[in-house]
Amino acid sequence: MFGMLSSAWRYRFFISSSIRTELRTKFVRSRLGGLWMLLNPLAQVLIFAFVLSAVLSAKLPGINNRYAYAIYLMAGTLGWSLFSEIVSRCVTMFVDNANILKKLAFPRIALPCIVVGSAVVNNVLLFLAVLLIFGFLGHVPGLALLALPLIMVVTIALALGFGLMLGVLNVFIRDVGQVVPVVMQFLYWFTPVVYMANIIPKEFRAWLSLNPLVPIVTAYHDILLYDRMPDLGPLLSVMALAVVLLLISLVIFRKANAEMVDQL
Amino acid sequence: MSGELQVVGLGKAYRRWGGELRRIASWFVSGIAPREENWVLKDVSFSIAPGEAVGIIGQNGAGKSTLLKLITGTTQPTAGHVTLRGRVAAILELGMGFNGDLTARENVYHSAGLMGYSWEDIDRAMPEIEAFAEIGQYFEQPMRTYSSGMQMRVAFSVATAFRPDLLIVDEALSVGDSYFQHKSFDRIRQFREQGVSIMFVSHSLSDVRTLCDRVILMDKGRILKDGQPDEVVDYYNAMITEKENAKLTVEQRREKNGWLLTRSGSGEARVENLRLLDEERGTELAVVNVGQRVELRLEVKVHQDLPRLVLGYMIRDKQGHVIWGTNTWHTGQVVEAPRNGETIMFRLPFTCALGPGSYSVSPALVSTDTHLADNYEWVDNLLVFDVINADRPFFIGSSSIDAQFVIERERSGVS
Repeated sequence: MFGMLSSAWRYRFFISSSIRTELRTKFVRSRLGGLWMLLNPLAQVLIFAFVLSAVLSAKLPGINNRYAYAIYLMAGTLGWSLFSEIVSRCVTMFVDNANILKKLAFPRIALPCIVVGSAVVNNVLLFLAVLLIFGFLGHVPGLALLALPLIMVVTIALALGFGLMLGVLNVFIRDVGQVVPVVMQFLYWFTPVVYMANIIPKEFRAWLSLNPLVPIVTAYHDILLYDRMPDLGPLLSVMALAVVLLLISLVIFRKANAEMVDQL
Repeated sequence: MSGELQVVGLGKAYRRWGGELRRIASWFVSGIAPREENWVLKDVSFSIAPGEAVGIIGQNGAGKSTLLKLITGTTQPTAGHVTLRGRVAAILELGMGFNGDLTARENVYHSAGLMGYSWEDIDRAMPEIEAFAEIGQYFEQPMRTYSSGMQMRVAFSVATAFRPDLLIVDEALSVGDSYFQHKSFDRIRQFREQGVSIMFVSHSLSDVRTLCDRVILMDKGRILKDGQPDEVVDYYNAMITEKENAKLTVEQRREKNGWLLTRSGSGEARVENLRLLDEERGTELAVVNVGQRVELRLEVKVHQDLPRLVLGYMIRDKQGHVIWGTNTWHTGQVVEAPRNGETIMFRLPFTCALGPGSYSVSPALVSTDTHLADNYEWVDNLLVFDVINADRPFFIGSSSIDAQFVIERERSGVS
């Protein structure tokens, strides 16, 4: 474990140059360049806000902003996109990098570091864009923002826990890579990003508490929309789950490591 | 510092589990065994001492590349272990990790980073890398506009920009134009002179002979032979022949004069006797003067009725380079239908136009123009003789060509 971290540190130059390269090459030949990184999630927010605001905006009590629903959407999307980007990138991480894994010896830990690094950069940029839009909509988040980095850490840990495990399995069973996007779709709609938890009928609401993303997205809402400190209790249990998942991933990775390159 | 490598009992098996779920279960339950194991490498043990250059040869599929991958750590061994000391640079496949949208300069940062170097290191090495690649303005262009040869130039420059303690080269030199091939070969030789340990995999046997102190021959995932370059390379040549004509045996022994005799073949016809004689006096010679008329005399005994018999000769120098060679197929003197029990005498008179040094004669008895169809007998270095320069002006080189100086001076001042 400690060895992994120290080798990640030795390869920090590679990790940071990979992150920069990734951001650059993604958009190097497009006109709007890096803007696409922001335009995609924002377009989604716009669509939902446009389609659903009439239906759902009445359901947000205690907020005196005409655009409350749009703000709600953006806050949830910010958290969700961090989670989903890391998970879906992790799933294909080893398969996508088969070439260098087969030909070069470097610490494997560098790969998830690159994924997390570029996802965080993307997410921070999205966050800045969201803040800007909040400004236009006349909404100014308060001091609760200070809790945001903490929530991000929990989100990243949970996403890595799922992602690494699935990524290793995907090397051996490629169906995993096909199933995950579908599951992510379900998960998205089972998480109150687009709608509010209180529109769910009471008898089903208990099920929501099984979804580890609910505390995360709720925390984003608390911080960005309601400007209040998130409820730490559920977040702690999510963090505990994330740690367990990470440990399992680590064990699986250790076991699979010997055969992984042969299967790529 | 020079690198050191120790490989002990190394083995690699590709396993079949009969279903991926079984494999995954095996990570957690110890009793589950794979259905099938396919060992591509088994019981490989050797070591490379500091400063030693070791060549690895063998046919395709012999396990050479797998061995290198295990040593560099890209794949994990199933059995045994590798101990490495010092900084390793591996030129396994050039251009790995390059991104077509980035310029060469950016790619250099990226791939040297992948080798674990820091920006300061790379900054310092950059001018040298740029100069060695010699691709001029292209260095600042996106790499997708490069030809494959240019990519390979950049790749080789990066891979060898930092002096390693152990350099592992896998046939990387066969790419690129001959100018750059020479240049990169020179760089490897320089490393060698600086005491870098080298592991060199190649199909170019002459490169292996030139560069290596020791050669390891691999076959079917095992080490078949490990020894001095001439010994192993000749054995390998004999082995290739053997592959073509089943059931041959290869015999090797080192003669007192240091030359290695390798005899292989199916034995339908054998060389009984090979002598080097003075053409006029008929006396046997061990030392020949430059320009002397001599004659190689060879007796062949036929042990079975054969459709035809071709004799080939080859004269080689101490490094194993062929000085001259031909056979009776090319000269149109094929012996048709030799009978069982027949003895055939071949005489090869020639003028010894060789330079001073030690030379060997290798005869081959075959049925066509190559030894791949039937190899009755092939003997490397059966006869060894020395050439001295007793009565001519000093010269160097392996051949004595009939050259003279003609000097013309312009006369001035004297009338």
